[in-house]
Amino acid sequence: MAKNFSIKHQPGFTAIAATCFIVLYLPIIVLVIYAFNAASSTSEWGGFSLKWFQSAWQNTQVVDATLRSFQIGSIAAVLSTTFATMAALATTRTAPYPGLTFKYAAINQPLMVPEIVTGVALLIFFSRIKIFTGYSGIGYLIAAHTAFCIPFAYLPIRARLENMDLTLERAAADLYATPWKTFRRITLPLLWPGILAGLMLAFVISLDDVVITEFVKSGGQDTLPTYMLGQIRRGITPEINAISTAFLLLSVAIVTLFFFVSRKRD
Amino acid sequence: MATAEEVAKAAERRDVRDRWLLSAPALLVIFLAATGPLLIVLVYSFLTPGPYGDVKWQFSPEAWIAVFLERDIFDDTLSAAAAHVTIFLRSIKLSVVTTIATLVLGFPTAYFMATRSEKTRDLWLFLITIPFWTNLLIRTFAVLQIIRNEGIVNSILLKLGIISAPIQILYTDTAILIGMAYVYLPLMVLPIYASMEKLDFRLVEAGYDLYATRFQVLRRIIFPLVKPGVIAGSILVFIPALGAYVTPSVLGGGKNMMLSNLIELQFGQGRNWPLGSALSIAVMIIVMVALLAYVRNAGKSGVRHG
Amino acid sequence: MPDKPDRNAIEVVNVSKIFGSGEGRVAALDAVSVSIRENEFFTLLGPSGCGKTTLLRLIAGFDFPTAGEILLYGQDIALLPPFKRPVNTVFQSYALFPHMTVADNIGFGLEMLGKPKTQIKARVAEMLKLVKMEALAGRRTSQISGGQQQRVALARALAPQPKVLLLDEPLSALDYKLRKEMQIELKRLQHETGITFIFVTHDQEEALTMSDRIAVMSSGKILQVGSPWDIYDKPAERFVADFIGETNFLTAAISEMANGKARATLKSGATIEATVAQGFQPKPNATVVVRPEHAKLTKGKGELSGTVDNIVYFGTDTHIHVHLDSGELFTVRQQNTRSAGCGFEKADKVGILIGSDAAQVLKD
Repeated sequence: MAKNFSIKHQPGFTAIAATCFIVLYLPIIVLVIYAFNAASSTSEWGGFSLKWFQSAWQNTQVVDATLRSFQIGSIAAVLSTTFATMAALATTRTAPYPGLTFKYAAINQPLMVPEIVTGVALLIFFSRIKIFTGYSGIGYLIAAHTAFCIPFAYLPIRARLENMDLTLERAAADLYATPWKTFRRITLPLLWPGILAGLMLAFVISLDDVVITEFVKSGGQDTLPTYMLGQIRRGITPEINAISTAFLLLSVAIVTLFFFVSRKRD
Repeated sequence: MATAEEVAKAAERRDVRDRWLLSAPALLVIFLAATGPLLIVLVYSFLTPGPYGDVKWQFSPEAWIAVFLERDIFDDTLSAAAAHVTIFLRSIKLSVVTTIATLVLGFPTAYFMATRSEKTRDLWLFLITIPFWTNLLIRTFAVLQIIRNEGIVNSILLKLGIISAPIQILYTDTAILIGMAYVYLPLMVLPIYASMEKLDFRLVEAGYDLYATRFQVLRRIIFPLVKPGVIAGSILVFIPALGAYVTPSVLGGGKNMMLSNLIELQFGQGRNWPLGSALSIAVMIIVMVALLAYVRNAGKSGVRHG
Repeated sequence: MPDKPDRNAIEVVNVSKIFGSGEGRVAALDAVSVSIRENEFFTLLGPSGCGKTTLLRLIAGFDFPTAGEILLYGQDIALLPPFKRPVNTVFQSYALFPHMTVADNIGFGLEMLGKPKTQIKARVAEMLKLVKMEALAGRRTSQISGGQQQRVALARALAPQPKVLLLDEPLSALDYKLRKEMQIELKRLQHETGITFIFVTHDQEEALTMSDRIAVMSSGKILQVGSPWDIYDKPAERFVADFIGETNFLTAAISEMANGKARATLKSGATIEATVAQGFQPKPNATVVVRPEHAKLTKGKGELSGTVDNIVYFGTDTHIHVHLDSGELFTVRQQNTRSAGCGFEKADKVGILIGSDAAQVLKD
């Protein structure tokens, strides 16, 4: 044979993979380029300009929706990560006990149901409660986001816990640490990267949500994604490109951080 | 004095109780803001629609009948609800095709990633993770800008003289399909990559040693071993594809509805909450059936290869 | 051997540990009783699954016995949680806290006991010196070698001055040379600190070289407790004789039993003197064991006779496998010299000489 036989080679696979990576990034790159377009239409190139970023920055609706997204995202992320951490501690590193399988199923349930169905269910449920209590604030969105963020936050925390060496906690107990001290001095510090990863995941998931928010929000409670959806349906201006670009930048920053935190080994 | 056995039993009971207390907040939030309301949807699907949305508390099977059948306004006869059936079939078809398309593209991609050197593998994983965590709406919007009549695909084809007028892709089923395959591709690649990364390539060597061709190695050795990842990826793509809302809303325009748009309609202009509820439950049933089928399949292959 | 005071540090009384229930019930420990004296180096020796680690975990408090008592200087600690027992453990995997420095690891126990900072600092310095790790006090535990991790684990467990130190196969992860070094180091530490050591191992050589006394365990039971010499030269049961070292089993008729000695008539017709295991009940076919190094091969006549089957060279010595005329197999170990071979060849007719103090009659 002229060429060395490579056991890992499969014909055409590299070409398909290359196509996939190009296709995945091409639309995003085009979107970003047009954010810097001076023309007011996205079909022609009118030179480099930052005016659409400026216009988005001065658009009170955009600023308002962004702030709301961050508000909901941070509260939901903190709550869901806290609850997910507790649940992960309760469902790992134990012999099977009555209700354990139920807990797994319950925690992962939001992942099993299409968002549209959850959205509809919450619309119905919360509209009843709104009539009953008269409260129509942002609390509903926070509750909904917290619920669907829990399974995502739970994932890395549980994985970290399961890989954690039980003998470390045993060693602490052997060295006179009470259960609470063992948790604070050994379990929690070692679990921290998992919790951080869960927190970031939950934040990104909350920030990205369109469907459930669209159904749960009351008037004037647009988040950035629902505001953008409304704009896109109405017609496109490069302002959406500018907002998307800023949003993308934030996502990439969080993913990069997440990547390093979750890859870090002790 | 308590015996050792009694003490151990008491400790175990305390442990289980503590574990319930610890998981209570998560379970409660999920029950109140995710699982519980689903039960209300089920109840609503058997009620009578209210005049301005919402429901009247009066039992009625009409919503469920209306999922697939149409009642004639004049003579009250029932016939197949052509519009609903079309949307159901289109949704299922588009979801299945999306799943297959992402599998055909995603499997070689995952294989490519898994066969890179340890160092560069992380980079490829990172490159696939970025779109995965990038807002779905933004990615759909990015596709929209590419495929619309003034988008770069059409512009390039026009400039090259291959076509004389822009091809209408946007607001067609093809547009929805392209959009869904694009946004869900990372969901297929990641689980397959996860199984592929664990694949022991000495088994592949053994396959070649025993006279298998490249295709036979792929079909008889690699594919069966990464099947759990393929199944996971297919579930992860099929479920959100069936309930997709953003992609058909943005790329399908108003005409090419999928199930989620039909459901939304009942809670908006349609003002038929029971029908919307029944449709939602129907979507969930399809998802559950698909899940069960996959789980059973996974179980079987697990026995064979475990 | 130095005199040991006659006080018991640990008394294990009728301890059973049963895992699972119903059909899957497994008795990891079956009514085990043993006393461990103050200041001794005591070893639990046995194959994996014999219950030695379970017993250690019960003493440490990581598990609780299904029945029985565990006394520490007369006080029952069987149901106390681990953090309330003045007993510390060196773990097989060392279990060093990866997010702390070497010094923080060593000081952890004292910190948990609420000792003042200055005292902890002094004690940590003392322990670092004891295990010769002063230079690496500020390192993370992931930045030091396996042998160094081992020393830190020891220092950490010794720092709170426990009444008993438990060691769970602590040397198993080290390579051969380092293991030999650490065996000596452990003996030195035990001597210097005067703390009672309970050591778990499956390595018979390790047990023989380090221990004051050894308990041989199998299937959840302690078969024999004694000094290394007792265990090796006077095994009570077949399992003990077989598990430790190599040995030859012969069938014999026992007569003239008195003062722990007797005469054993072998199948060859020859009669040899033998010591008798405690608890031996007279029976027609008793088992006699003779270690390979306690027999001598001769071209003339011996107590046994047979044909050389195989000769295996081991460097320090040569093992000569003999097929006895009675049908049994017998191995003789012969020290090598540089100048000559072993002096025998395959298929040679040989006699085997058994010394007057070479044989032991087993109880089973």
